[in-house]
Formats: sequence, structure tokens, C-alpha cells
Amino acid sequence: MPFQSTVSDYQTVATLETFGFLPPMTQEEIYDQIAYIIAQGWSPVIEHVHPSGCMQTYWSYWKLPFFGEKDLNLIVSELEACHRAYPDHHVRIIGYDAYTQSQGTAFVVFQGR
Amino acid sequence: MSKKYDAGVKEYRDTYWTPEYVPLDTDLLACFKCTGQEGVPREEVAAAVAAESSTGTWSTVWSELLTDLEFYKGRCYRIEDVPGDPEAFYAFIAYPLDLFEEGSITNVLTSLVGNVFGFKALRHLRLEDIRFPIAFIKTCGGPPNGIVVERDRLNKYGRPLLGCTIKPKLGLSGKNYGRVVYECLRGGLDLTKDDENINSQPFQRWRERFEFVAEAVKLAERETGEVKGHYLNCTANTPEELYERAEFAKELDMPIIMHDYITGGFTANTGLANWCRKNGMLLHIHRAMHAVIDRHPKHGIHFRVLAKCLRLSGGDQLHTGTVVGKLEGDRQTTLGYIDNLRESFVPEDRSRGNFFDQDWGSMPGVFAVASGGIHVWHMPALLAIFGDDSCLQFGGGTHGHPWGSAAGAAANRVALEACVKARNAGREIEKESRDILMEAAKHSPELAIALETWKEIKFEFDTVDKLDVQG
Repeated sequence: MPFQSTVSDYQTVATLETFGFLPPMTQEEIYDQIAYIIAQGWSPVIEHVHPSGCMQTYWSYWKLPFFGEKDLNLIVSELEACHRAYPDHHVRIIGYDAYTQSQGTAFVVFQGR
Repeated sequence: MSKKYDAGVKEYRDTYWTPEYVPLDTDLLACFKCTGQEGVPREEVAAAVAAESSTGTWSTVWSELLTDLEFYKGRCYRIEDVPGDPEAFYAFIAYPLDLFEEGSITNVLTSLVGNVFGFKALRHLRLEDIRFPIAFIKTCGGPPNGIVVERDRLNKYGRPLLGCTIKPKLGLSGKNYGRVVYECLRGGLDLTKDDENINSQPFQRWRERFEFVAEAVKLAERETGEVKGHYLNCTANTPEELYERAEFAKELDMPIIMHDYITGGFTANTGLANWCRKNGMLLHIHRAMHAVIDRHPKHGIHFRVLAKCLRLSGGDQLHTGTVVGKLEGDRQTTLGYIDNLRESFVPEDRSRGNFFDQDWGSMPGVFAVASGGIHVWHMPALLAIFGDDSCLQFGGGTHGHPWGSAAGAAANRVALEACVKARNAGREIEKESRDILMEAAKHSPELAIALETWKEIKFEFDTVDKLDVQG
């Protein structure tokens, strides 16, 4: 009988921080996460960068942070507009918390090539 | 108004029991749980504690008339029953601010938990809580960086940090040790940790460890595209050695170092925290020896006091217990002191064991570290208890994976992110924990195997030290 190892090989993957280990989210799942950002009272911020620069602290803003924006559909359409304008860039959404001056959350919505 | 010298022994309560006293905003307040010797009245015991932890001694002395002791003395201003315990009582004591050196936790503890704990009129004594006045807090350095800066440096947002301690904790060579670090980090952990026992033993001198670990951290960063770190334990036998190790970690461009603040001592810790602030280094704090001091319900110091003292002395992450793992700690009490690590104001709340309002002003927060006997099945509960500003560390739960540490790390990372995603989407993660983890495992064979491996492991012992409530 040929030897069969029960151990699998773990391949290192390049990931983009939070949610990097989950399969790509469906549109509905992304909506849920944006709704969470809005419900926390955080301001949505959209940022993008060429994949070669993904470890930079600063990615480019898409327009300006959407301070106080509560309209889920508007944020979704801005995310899509950013992706259309920079199809080869990573695009991430941030829930910005001005009280702590930190990001309540941040994750990549569109991965560039 | 001058007094006459009257030699002899007075009862403590004549001087130090002042129920009419209204504490000042600048007073340092303490709550002690006292168990006196039989037959000694409560007021006398409480006043003795106030006296012996501030200006008093057993006999009247002539030299106290050279100063105004009314200004300097500690006072017991309130006595309360301990719910469910007829023989113990709480004594609330107010200490004037000028009894303490500015910014010195060492000095505060030397007074409050010094000689008084050996006092014969007491059977047991436990320091339950301290209210530090904001005037004192403003003289302390506090966390060298704090939660917000740490997140910015590590680029981790919207979730707890994920880490593990390298195992076996003793006996690996530097090169083998670095290998295990690399495996964990490439598998998806943010941070790995030296075990507290690892200092600089014959099998692995510190410099050798630092060099191999630095290579592992940098390699994992390059390969994964994420920011990584390893808590390099700088705890040493002398302050000179401590700083030499910290300097070398900085030379290697490492983001974070580690110190054991109770065995190392508050003076060493405050000094190292100051060094970290000056050198842009994050500081992870371990708490070996704490259970010797804080576990007995009637004697010692409650961990909430040690946690507050650490926030003032300085540290960016502190171990707090896990609630669900192999180590002691009940949920409400733990929530009470992690509030005191992270929030800028914590109200009095006896249901969480907090005896005072505590205003932290602008002092940065400390990450709560949950470590010890936890595995993937605990993930939903850990996220619910600790929230995002925490660091969850799975030692056995990473290295014990049948496919090795990298796969174990990936399993934990998938489980963590699945729980965060589910929570954000409005699901009740503790109730639905099984569904959430099983769904996530469909996309992750590493998680599926981990869930299978640890499905039977539980640590369901009752805690020894519980909140005082009527049974």
C-alpha cells in the first residue's frame, strides 16, 4: 500500500489584513458590513492603491471621507465608481471614528490585479 | 492650633476613623476588604489600616507635633458589610495626594500594601480597588503608545489582534524557535510571543533568539503583505541587561518588546515604558506571579488594582485572563478591569467589582490580552467578551493543529474573521457559534480539522475568587 500522509501542505497566501482569510464577500454581505459602519456612527472612507503599494500607510482617498454619510446606497455607488476609475487598484472601505481618531474597521472590497 | 504632647498608646480610631469626612477630588481612595481578629471592633481595625498605610505608628510620638498630621493622615471614612460574608467588611480610606511621589506607582504600593498587610490585629486584608485622582494620573507616563497608536503601527483595524505563544516554551535553540515564529506568522497570525520563562537560558541566549526571530518576522511580512511582530521578552536580571535587550530589538527594527511587570517590578517597568515611549517601541506586558497576590478572595491585592497600576506604570498590552480558558477569572470581574484598561471613564459598578468612579483623563488605553488554554471553539465567546480592542492568543490551539503551526494559525484567523463578520452583520455570535464556525470551515480545511481536533476540550471549573454577592 502506498504511503499516504494525513498532513496537508499549508501554502502561504498574500492577504490584505481584515477579512483577508475569508472568501470574497457577496454583494449582500458587503452591504451588511457597510450598514454596520453606518450604524456605529462612523464615517465611511474609500481608499485605493495599486497592489504594488498595498503595504503603504497611506492609500489614496477616493474624493474625501464621507463624513456623517448615512446613505448605504450612496456609499455602494461611490465604491463602484472608485473601482471603475481604478480597475487595477485595491479598493477598501474604512469606518472612520473621529472620536478615537482611529479606524473602527477597514477591509478591501475590490482586489486589484 | 498647637497641641500638647501626650505620650502613650491611643486607639487608632480616635485619630483615623472619621465617618464625617467627605473625600476630596484629589484624594487617593482605597477600598480594603478587612477580616479582623476576633473581638477587635471594625472601626478599630479599619482605622488601624488607615493609620499603618499612611502616617500612623503604634505609639504616639513627640515628633508628629513638628508637622500638621491632620493634613497628611489617611482616614477611614466609610465601613460597609461584605455581602455574603459576616466576618469581613469593606473599609474605605482616603489618602491625601501629598502622601505620594508624583508618577510613582512603586511609592503608592509601598504605602498601601506595605507593612499593614502583616499587621497582627488583622487576620486577612485585601486591597480591592484604588480610585486614582486625575491629579495623580496626570503625573504618570502611562502606556507608551496605547491602543490607537498600536493599531496604526500594526495596520490592524476592526478586529482583535491574533497571536500565540511559541511552544515548547523552553528548550528550543534560537534557529528552531525562529522557525516556529515564521510558521505562525506566515499562517495568518499578527503577533507571536516569547513565553514569560524565556529570558536568556543556556539552550538559547537572547541575542540569538532576537536575530532569528527578526528574520522570521521580516520574511513573513514580505510573503504575506501584512504587518507582523513578535514580543521579544526583554525581562532580565538587571536594569542594564533589560535596556541592552530593548536597544537590540530596536536595532533589529522590531515593533514590539515584552516585560514581566510583577516579577520585574514596577520601577523596572516604568523605566522600560519610558524607554519605549522615547523609542517608538510597543510594549507587551506579562503578569507572572499575579495569582500569588490576587487569587485569594480575602487576602492580597485584587487584579483590578494591579491592572490599574500597570496602565499608569506603562504598557500597551496586558494579560487579563480568558474567562473561558484554563486560567482563573469570572466574566463580570474581568469586564470590570478590562474597562479600566481601555476606557477613559469607568463608573462605579459593584456588579463588575468596580468600587469607584475612575476618570482616566487622556491616558491612552491598553489592549486586553486573552491567553491560556483557548482554541477555535472559544472564538465566538472571546470576541463577545473582549471585543475588538483585545489580543487573542492561542498557544496549544495553534501549534497543536495536526498539520502544524501555519495551518493552526490559518484556522484561528479564519475563525476570528468569520466571527467578526457575523457580529457586524448582526448575528448573535455566542448563540450561533456552532453555525458560524461550521459555515466558515466549509471554505477552510485548516479550520475544519481544528474544529474536529478540539471539539471535546473544555475547562469548566468554578472560579475560586468570585464577586462578593449575597448567595
